[in-house]
Amino acid sequence: MTGAYSERFWPSLRAAFCLAIVVFLIAPMVIVAIVSLSSAPFLTFPPPGLSLQWYRKLSGSSVWLDAIATSASIMLPSAAVATAAGTAAAVGLARARIPGAGLIASLIMAPMIVPVIITAAAMLGAFRAWGLQGTRVGLILAHTTLAIPYVVFTVLAAMRLVDDRLESAALTLGATRWRAFWRITFPLILPAVLSGLLFAMVISFDELVVSIFLSSPTVRPVTVQMWSDVRGDVDPTIAAIGTLLLVFSVSALLLETALNRQRARPLVAEAAATGPEATR
Amino acid sequence: MRMGLLQLNSVSKIFDTITAVDRISFALAEGEFLSLLGPSGSGKTTTLQMIAGLTHPSSGEILLAGRPIGPLPPYKRDIGMVFQNYALFPHLTVARNIAFPLEMRRMRRAEIARRVAAVLKLVDLSGFEGRYPQQLSGGQQQRVALARAIVFEPKLLLMDEPLGALDKKLREQMQLEIKHLHKRLGVSIVYVTHDQDEALVMSDRIGVFNQGRLEQIGTVEELYEQPTTRFVAEFVGETNVIRGEVRDGANGCCILETAEGPLRGRARQAVTTGSAALISVRPERLRLAAGQPARSDGDGIQGHICEVIYMGRLRKYVLDTAGGQKLIVARQVAGVEANSFAVGDAVVATFQPEDAVVLQDAHEHGDK
Repeated sequence: MTGAYSERFWPSLRAAFCLAIVVFLIAPMVIVAIVSLSSAPFLTFPPPGLSLQWYRKLSGSSVWLDAIATSASIMLPSAAVATAAGTAAAVGLARARIPGAGLIASLIMAPMIVPVIITAAAMLGAFRAWGLQGTRVGLILAHTTLAIPYVVFTVLAAMRLVDDRLESAALTLGATRWRAFWRITFPLILPAVLSGLLFAMVISFDELVVSIFLSSPTVRPVTVQMWSDVRGDVDPTIAAIGTLLLVFSVSALLLETALNRQRARPLVAEAAATGPEATR
Repeated sequence: MRMGLLQLNSVSKIFDTITAVDRISFALAEGEFLSLLGPSGSGKTTTLQMIAGLTHPSSGEILLAGRPIGPLPPYKRDIGMVFQNYALFPHLTVARNIAFPLEMRRMRRAEIARRVAAVLKLVDLSGFEGRYPQQLSGGQQQRVALARAIVFEPKLLLMDEPLGALDKKLREQMQLEIKHLHKRLGVSIVYVTHDQDEALVMSDRIGVFNQGRLEQIGTVEELYEQPTTRFVAEFVGETNVIRGEVRDGANGCCILETAEGPLRGRARQAVTTGSAALISVRPERLRLAAGQPARSDGDGIQGHICEVIYMGRLRKYVLDTAGGQKLIVARQVAGVEANSFAVGDAVVATFQPEDAVVLQDAHEHGDK
C-alpha cells in the first residue's frame, strides 16, 4: 500500500521539482521578452497591449546603437584572439611534454575560478598604471583573458580524443609538424575550436563586472549601459535590449550544440567499428 | 653479402630511469624481412620509433643506406610505417589518406591519381576510394594503412604489430598477403610482433627482444636449433629446461649432472667444468619408451605420465620425472594406436645429445 503510494509519489514530486526549477530559470527571460513588446510607457506586467515601440526607440537611440557597436568592436577581436591563443595553449598542453604543464594549465584556468570582482579590481590597478583603463584595447585584453579558459577547456577536451599517433603517422608520411597540424589535427578539432569561439563571443558580449571597472564614458559596452540605465529611469527599452542579448546568447548556444552533435558523430561511428577489436 | 640498408650501432633509449632499449645493434640487408619479436614492454616498438625518427636514441647511431640519420626529422627519412591501430585519418577518404604522402611530396595531381589507383589495386581495394576509414572493416583498414605506407615507394617499411587487432583467420590471411607484397615490391621490412608464429611464418630473420636487450638475432632455424639464452629457447617454440652442473665439456659436447642423472647436449659457448648450466630439449625431440632406460640410444629421463593432451596431429604427454619436475613430450599421432601411453604409466624419455642445447644458467650480462 505504502509502496505503491511512494512509487507514484516520488516520481511526481521529482517532476514537480524539475518543473519549478525550469519555470524559475526561464520565467524571468520570458517576462523580459514580453515586457519588451509592451505598449505601456513604463515597466509593467502584464502589458496592456503589444507594440514594437521600444525596438523602434532602440534603433533610433544613438546611445544604445553606440553601446552595441562598442560591444561588438570589443567582442570580435577578443573572441578571435582568445580562440587563437586558447587553441594554441590547448594543443601545447595536450601534446608537448613541458615541465610544469599542470601549473601552466591552472594559471590559464585561473580567471574561471578566481572571483570576477578580484580579477576586475586587479585589472583596474594594472591597466590604470599602463594607461589602458577606459580604452577599447584594455577591454579587449580583459575579455580575452576571461574567455581563454573556456576555449582551452573545450579544445583540450577535443585534443584528448585525437589519437597522437595520427600526427606521428603524418610525420612518417612526409608532413612537417606544421603541416601535420593544419592538415590532420586542426580539421579534427575544428568543431571544438568553433565552440570555443562562440563561448568567447558570448562571454565578451555578456560581461559586466570587469567592463564596469574598465569602461569610460567614451568606451561603454551594452552591459554597462544597461547597468547605468537600470539604476536611473527605467523604461521598457532595457527589456528590448535585454531580449536582443538573450537572442544572441541562445543562438550561440544552439549553434554550439549543433556543432557538438556533428563532432560526436564520426567519433561514435569509429568507436563502434573498432570496439570489439579493442578488447584484445 | 648484400648491401646493408639499415644499421643500428649500440642504440639505447632511456626514459627517466628506465632503460627501454639497451645497446641494440643489428643490420638489415636490402629486401630483407626482419621481425623484432618479444613480449610487450621489451623495447621493440621503441626501437621501431627510433628508426622512424619519432623518438630519439639516448645514445648510439642509426645508419640508413650508410648515412647517419640522427639529425633527420621523420618527414625527411622516407621510411614507411604502419601503426598498430592503423592511424588512418578519420576525416579523409581512403583515396585522400593514400594520397597524403604524395601531396606532402608536392606531386602533380595526375601522378597522384595514377599512383593511388595502382596501389589500391595492389591491396585489392579498388572501388573503395570514396569511403571513410570508419566505414571499413578492420582488415580493409589494415590494407589502406599498408597502401598509404608504400605508395611513396619507401626503401624501408616499418610495421608495428599491424595485425594485432585482427581475428586469427584474417591475421593468417594478411600474413601471407604482406609476405607476397614484400616479395613483389622488394622493400625491406622491419616487423614488430609479440606473436612467435607470425614471426616464424613471415621473416627471413628474427631478433628476439627481452627487457630492452636484443637476446639473439638469426634465421628461424638458428633460433630454434641453436638458442643462445634460456629466454630465446623458451620464447621461440616450446622447450623443456633442466638445470644441472657441468661435469665435462669438450668438443662442443657437454655432460651435465642433473637431478635426472647425467644428460648430454651441444654447447655453443665455452662452458667451465663445475659451473651451473641448463639443458634445453624440445618436446618433439623426446622419445618415450615403457619401463627402464635403454641408455644405448641417448640419455634417459625416468618418470610417470601425469597428463595426456590430444591435439589432433600431436599428442602431448606431461611427465612427472624422477627428479621432481614436469617434462613435456610431443609425439606424432600415428594411424594405429601402437605407441600410446596412459596416465600413470612408468616411462623413460630419451633424446639424442645433438638435439639438446646446453645454455648458461642465470641471466648473463654483457654483449654477445
